Amino acid sequence: MTMISEEHKKEKLGFEETELRLGLPGGGGIFNEDLVKNTNANGKRWYTETVDLKLNFALKETEKGENLQKEKSLISCSNDSVKPPPKAQVVGWPPVRSFRKNIMAVQKSSSEEGGGGAATFVKVSTDGAPYLRKVDLNMYKSYQDLYCALGKLFTMGKCDSQGMMDFMNESTLMDLLNGSDFVPTYEDKDGDWMLVGDVPWKMFVGSCKRLRIMKGTEAIGLAPRAMEKCKNRS
Amino acid sequence: MVYSFPEEVLEYVFAFLSSDKDRNAVSLVCKSWYEIERWCRRRVFIGNCYAVSPQIMIRRFPEVRAVKIKGKPHFADFNLVPERWGAYVYPWISAMARSYPWLEEIKLKRMVVTDESLELISKSFKNFKVLSLSSCEGFTTDGLSSIAANCRNLRELDLRESEVEDLSGHWLSHFPDNFTSLVSLNMSCLGSEVSFSALERLISRCPNLKTLWLNRAVPVEKLASLLRRAPQLVEFGTGACSTEIRTDIFSNLVEAFSGCKHLKSLSGFWDVVPAYLPAMYSVCSRITKLNLSYATVQSPDLVELISQCSNLKCLWVLDYIEDAGLKALSSYCKDLQELRVFPSDPYSAEPNVSLTEQGLVTVSAGCPKLQSVLYFCRQMSNAALIAIARNRPNLIRFRLCIIEPQAPDYLTLEPLDTGFGAIVEHCKELRRLSLSGLLTDRVFEYIGTHAKKLEMLSLAFAGDSDLGLHHVLSGCESLRKLEIRDCPFGDRALLANAAKLETMRSLWMSSCSVSYGACKLLGQKMPNLNVEVIDERGPPDSRPESISVEKLYVYRTVAGPRADKPDFVWTMDEDGALRFS
Repeated sequence: MTMISEEHKKEKLGFEETELRLGLPGGGGIFNEDLVKNTNANGKRWYTETVDLKLNFALKETEKGENLQKEKSLISCSNDSVKPPPKAQVVGWPPVRSFRKNIMAVQKSSSEEGGGGAATFVKVSTDGAPYLRKVDLNMYKSYQDLYCALGKLFTMGKCDSQGMMDFMNESTLMDLLNGSDFVPTYEDKDGDWMLVGDVPWKMFVGSCKRLRIMKGTEAIGLAPRAMEKCKNRS
Repeated sequence: MVYSFPEEVLEYVFAFLSSDKDRNAVSLVCKSWYEIERWCRRRVFIGNCYAVSPQIMIRRFPEVRAVKIKGKPHFADFNLVPERWGAYVYPWISAMARSYPWLEEIKLKRMVVTDESLELISKSFKNFKVLSLSSCEGFTTDGLSSIAANCRNLRELDLRESEVEDLSGHWLSHFPDNFTSLVSLNMSCLGSEVSFSALERLISRCPNLKTLWLNRAVPVEKLASLLRRAPQLVEFGTGACSTEIRTDIFSNLVEAFSGCKHLKSLSGFWDVVPAYLPAMYSVCSRITKLNLSYATVQSPDLVELISQCSNLKCLWVLDYIEDAGLKALSSYCKDLQELRVFPSDPYSAEPNVSLTEQGLVTVSAGCPKLQSVLYFCRQMSNAALIAIARNRPNLIRFRLCIIEPQAPDYLTLEPLDTGFGAIVEHCKELRRLSLSGLLTDRVFEYIGTHAKKLEMLSLAFAGDSDLGLHHVLSGCESLRKLEIRDCPFGDRALLANAAKLETMRSLWMSSCSVSYGACKLLGQKMPNLNVEVIDERGPPDSRPESISVEKLYVYRTVAGPRADKPDFVWTMDEDGALRFS
C-alpha cells in the first residue's frame, strides 16, 4: 500500500503504472477515495481537445477569442464558455447510423408542399452583413414572395423587392451584374452555386440548400452555368 | 453399480435444450455428456468472430445446422472503426463448406461478406434455408443473384441495414420459376428497382411468404397489386409513398390492406404523403410493431395513425412525434413495450421540433409494460430521469442520447449523475444502458453499486478520472460489453481490473487516455486476451510509450492473435514484441 502514497506524490501517469499489481475483479483495494484525479481529465476540456484534434483547429486560436466562421462547421469558442463548441461535427456523434442520415438528408432537400414535409429552413447570407438569417422556403409560393421576404430581412437600398424581381428578366440581370448590385444565388443539392430564378419554384424549393445574396461583380460567372444546368435537368 | 441412460436417450433429452447456456452447462457435467452434447448441437452462436476460429468450432461441433456470427464492434455503426479493419466471413464459409454440407442457416452481423462468399454459400449447402446479413457490407447484387439462382430451398433472405453495392435490380429475376419456398424477404436496404413483374410472380408463387420488406424504389401505386397476391403477410414494409395522392391509388390501397387479416408489423413509408396513412386504418388494431422512422410526417398525422393501434407493442418513430404525440401514444397504446425516437435533424444546434424530456416521462408513466427505450433529445433533467426510473422499474434497455455532448441538467445545470443513478437503482433488471449528457465519476459509482444485471454499457464524453472506469469494471458483475469513447479513462483502472476483461466479450476504448505502455503490459499479462491497438498515425513504437493510443479493442479469445490484421492494428503479444499481420 505504500506504493499508492508514492504514486500520489508523483501525481502523474506514466511508467509507475508498470509497478501496479494486477487486481482481481471486484476486489483490488488499489483505489481509495484519495485517488488523485488525472490532471488533464477535466471532462469538458477533454472534449474540446478531442474535437480539436479531429478538426485540426489549434486550441490557442479559439482561446484568443477569435470567431472562426466556416461555411460547413461552425465553431464558436470563447475562453469563458463552459459548453464545448456546439456545432462542431465530431466523428460518430450523435450516434446515428449512416443509412438514417442519408434518408433524412434526402427527405429534407426534397420536401414538397404536398402537405406533409417539415419546414424547409435555409440559411441566408448577404455579403457584407455580419449575421446570417434563416427563411422557411415552404412559407412562400413563388419567387416574388421570396424576394419580398428577403427584402424585408436585409435592407440594401436599391435591392428592394421590386429591384429583385427584375432579376427574373435575363437582360436586366446582365445590366445589373455589370453594376455593383446584389444578386440572389443558392447552393443546390449537388453543391453547385446557382442563380435564383431559373427553375420552376417547386423545383427550386426542393433543391435549395442555402441562399447567398452576392455582390453583382462576383455573380457574373453564374448565369451561363445556370442555363446549362437547366437544360441538363429537363 | 452405475446406472446411466443409453446415449440415444440422452441425445433425445438434450434435443429439448435450445439455449446455449443450458447446453454449455450440460457439457460440463462429465466427459460422456460433453461428447454426446457436442455431436447433437445444431445451433452455434459466435458473439465475436475473432474469439474462436472456424477450425475450433468445427472440431468441437461436427453436426451444426445453423450458425450466427458477429464481427465488428458496435461502434462500427458510427464510423469509429476504420475501413479494412476486418471481420471477413470468407474463412468461415470456406471451412464450413468443407465440413458442414448440411448447413441450413447463416446469420451474420457487422461482417464483411464478398460476392465470392455468397457464391460459395449458394453452391456448398444443398439444403440451405436462411441467409440473414444484418449491417454487413462488401457484396454486390451479383452475390444476391448467386443466392437466388442456386438456393433451391431458400426460406429467408434478410439484408437489413446492410451496405450493398447495387449494380442492378436484376438479381431478383434469378429466382427460378419453380422456386416457391420463400417465407421472408427483406430487401429494404437496396436502391435499385427490381423487375416489378418478376416480384409479382415471385410473390404469387410463394404461398408461405410471411415477411416482405420492399425497398424504396417500389412506388406506392404498385403496393396494392402485391398485397392482393399475398394476403397472408404478417410483416410488410412499403417502399416510397411519395406519389401525389390520387383517389384510385388510395382506394386500391384501402381494399388491398383490408384483405390482409394477419398483418402485425408495418415499416417503410419513405417520404410518405400523410394522406396515404388512413389507407392502413383497417389493419391498425392488429398491428403490434410499427416502424415510422423513415416517415417525415408531423405529429397530428402520426397521432391519427397511432391512436388506432391499441395493440401496439413496438414503435420506432422520428422526433416529429413531439411531446404531444408521445402523450397520445401513452394514452392509446397501453401494451407498448419498446419505444425508439430518432432525431430528424441531429446536426442542427437548435431544436427543430418540440420534443423534450417530457415526452419520455409521459410514456414512462402511461405505458406500464415499457421495457426498452432508445431516445434522442436535446434536453434532460435529473428530475425527469428520476421520474422515469420510479415509473418504470421494469426497464431492461435504456439508451438516452442527449444530442449536445456533456449537456447538463437544463434546469439546475448540474451533472445528470443522480438521474442515471436513479435509473440503475430502481431498474434492477437493466441489461443495457447508454449514457449521455454531463456526467462525473459519481454516476459510475452508482452504476457499479446497483447495475448488477447490466450486460452492455455505452459511454461517451463522460467521467472525470480512472475512478469512474474502475467503479464499472469492479462493480458490474454481469458486464459483457463495454464501449467507451472520449472519456478521461486511462491505465490505472484498466490494469487494476485486467482479470475482469476475461469475463467479458469485449472492451472498446477510443479517444481515451490509455497509454501504449499500458496496452503492452496488458497484452503481456493476459494471454487469453487479444489486446489490439488501432492507430492510424503509424506504429505505436515510433512514439513514446506514455502517449495514448487512438483506439483500443480488447477481447477474450481462444484463437490467438488475428492473422488478418490491417496495417493500422497491432496485437500486444505475450513476449512484449509487436506482431504485424
